[in-house]
Amino acid sequence: MTQMNPAKIFLAAFLVNNIILMRFIGLCPFFGVSTSLNTSAGMSAAVLFVMLLAAWVSWILYHALLIPLGLVFLRTAVFILVIAALVQFVEMFLKRYIRNLYSAMGIYLPLITTNCAILGVTFLNIDYKFNILQATIFALGTACGFALAIILFAAIRERLEDAPISPAFKGYPIAFIGAALVSLAFMGFTALFGIS
Amino acid sequence: MDWLLIFKSLLALGGLGLILGVILLIASLKLTVKVDEREAQIRSILPGANCGACGYPGCDGYAAAIVAGKAPLNACSVGGPTVASKIGQIMGQEVTATEPQVAVLICRGGKEEAPHRFEYRGAEDCRQAALLLGGPKACIYGCVGLGHCVKVCPVNAIKMGENKLPIIDEKTCIGCGKCVKECPKGTLRLIPRSKLVYLACVSHDRGKAVKDVCKVGCIACSLCVKVCPVGALKMENNLPVMDFSKCIDCGICVHKCPTKSFIDRAPGRPKASINPRCNGCGECVKVCQFKAIEGEPGKQHRVTSEKCIGCGQCVLVCPVKAIDLVGALGHAMKTV
Repeated sequence: MTQMNPAKIFLAAFLVNNIILMRFIGLCPFFGVSTSLNTSAGMSAAVLFVMLLAAWVSWILYHALLIPLGLVFLRTAVFILVIAALVQFVEMFLKRYIRNLYSAMGIYLPLITTNCAILGVTFLNIDYKFNILQATIFALGTACGFALAIILFAAIRERLEDAPISPAFKGYPIAFIGAALVSLAFMGFTALFGIS
Repeated sequence: MDWLLIFKSLLALGGLGLILGVILLIASLKLTVKVDEREAQIRSILPGANCGACGYPGCDGYAAAIVAGKAPLNACSVGGPTVASKIGQIMGQEVTATEPQVAVLICRGGKEEAPHRFEYRGAEDCRQAALLLGGPKACIYGCVGLGHCVKVCPVNAIKMGENKLPIIDEKTCIGCGKCVKECPKGTLRLIPRSKLVYLACVSHDRGKAVKDVCKVGCIACSLCVKVCPVGALKMENNLPVMDFSKCIDCGICVHKCPTKSFIDRAPGRPKASINPRCNGCGECVKVCQFKAIEGEPGKQHRVTSEKCIGCGQCVLVCPVKAIDLVGALGHAMKTV
């Protein structure tokens, strides 16, 4: 996987292997937060931020600590611990020094401390044997893919709110059906290329 | 069993946890934001409805704005005077209280009174329906009746009535004005909670144009303006406009209106009663607009209680204070 070029990694993470619609990771925020465009944009920004940080920290920790000590099997516990602490720290830091950024995405930060999408990216970085540059690009692409999926879906759900839908389908049922259809549409990208 | 591996794992994970814990501890000490304690105090006084009527994002935003000196102390219409004076104590300032308000529907044309001119089959949303030729109702001014106000009310004080007009529960309504802002037709408004009488029509048409589309619409006859004893009503653009600072809630306009376009919020009204002190001067007979008082000059007059609406005008003019208003407990708090 080391020979993959950066643009291809980004596109693969963004579209072909979209984390929500193709890998079905991070579905809880996808359904929980996508009720309006504003909240989903805030959530996406927070995910982008945390995902990059988590990718760096976990990659460094894995290669500098876990591999030399032969403790690779501990990665789940270590990553959860480190990412949770990191997000806590970043939240405090933002609250103190960058007030605007904090008020823009502050409330979403605690929500994604150990979100499965974040954790998933850190594992995939290792499974694909990425170097740190590739890991960064992969995290960036995944976060953008997350944003794309959730913002597209929020727009759909805002329209569904006002549509005349049978009461049996109102709310989550129609959202699930909609998500399945969007996911089917994204299946079209699989024929291009991708990371497997 | 590989004891070394277990030991290493414990050490690595435990050590990592310890280091991170210490870092977070130091960070929480160094990076704490000093919150003005007045902000927390004010926040605990505010009602917590997060309705946004003050113009700030929620009660937290309002509390922060007060402490920053950017917001007026009496902007919270939900809390009313009690909250405003408590905030004043914390901030060490005098406050003038805001009059608590209540939202009312100023349209009476339900599906019975105001028929539709076409069948609307679009999204169940007032805003969308109103964009389509002004809505399905024949009266283009009136309430669309698809209940957008029901959805936006933060305290669930509004429900849709059987007549396809929203019903506002005045006890639950906090007067935040959210429904007023959201209504695409402007058929909701805020009135002072203490006021009892308001006009419930928004049609700027007059006469037959209104009659054709609504049984209870104001036809701009301006009778109410003539009968109002205090001149609180004024015709503007074919609608009587109420000056609430002048209105005395007598209710004469409510009973005189030929189309029943006014609404009286009073749960009940008293009746005039004349006692033997009456000297038969006849002042009350002249002032009564409903011919409810009769009597020969020089003798004690009588009130026909079926005709009396309890407006209290006779009480004001009686030179010997021989008239009382009796009955109607709900009205007792209002002095005429």
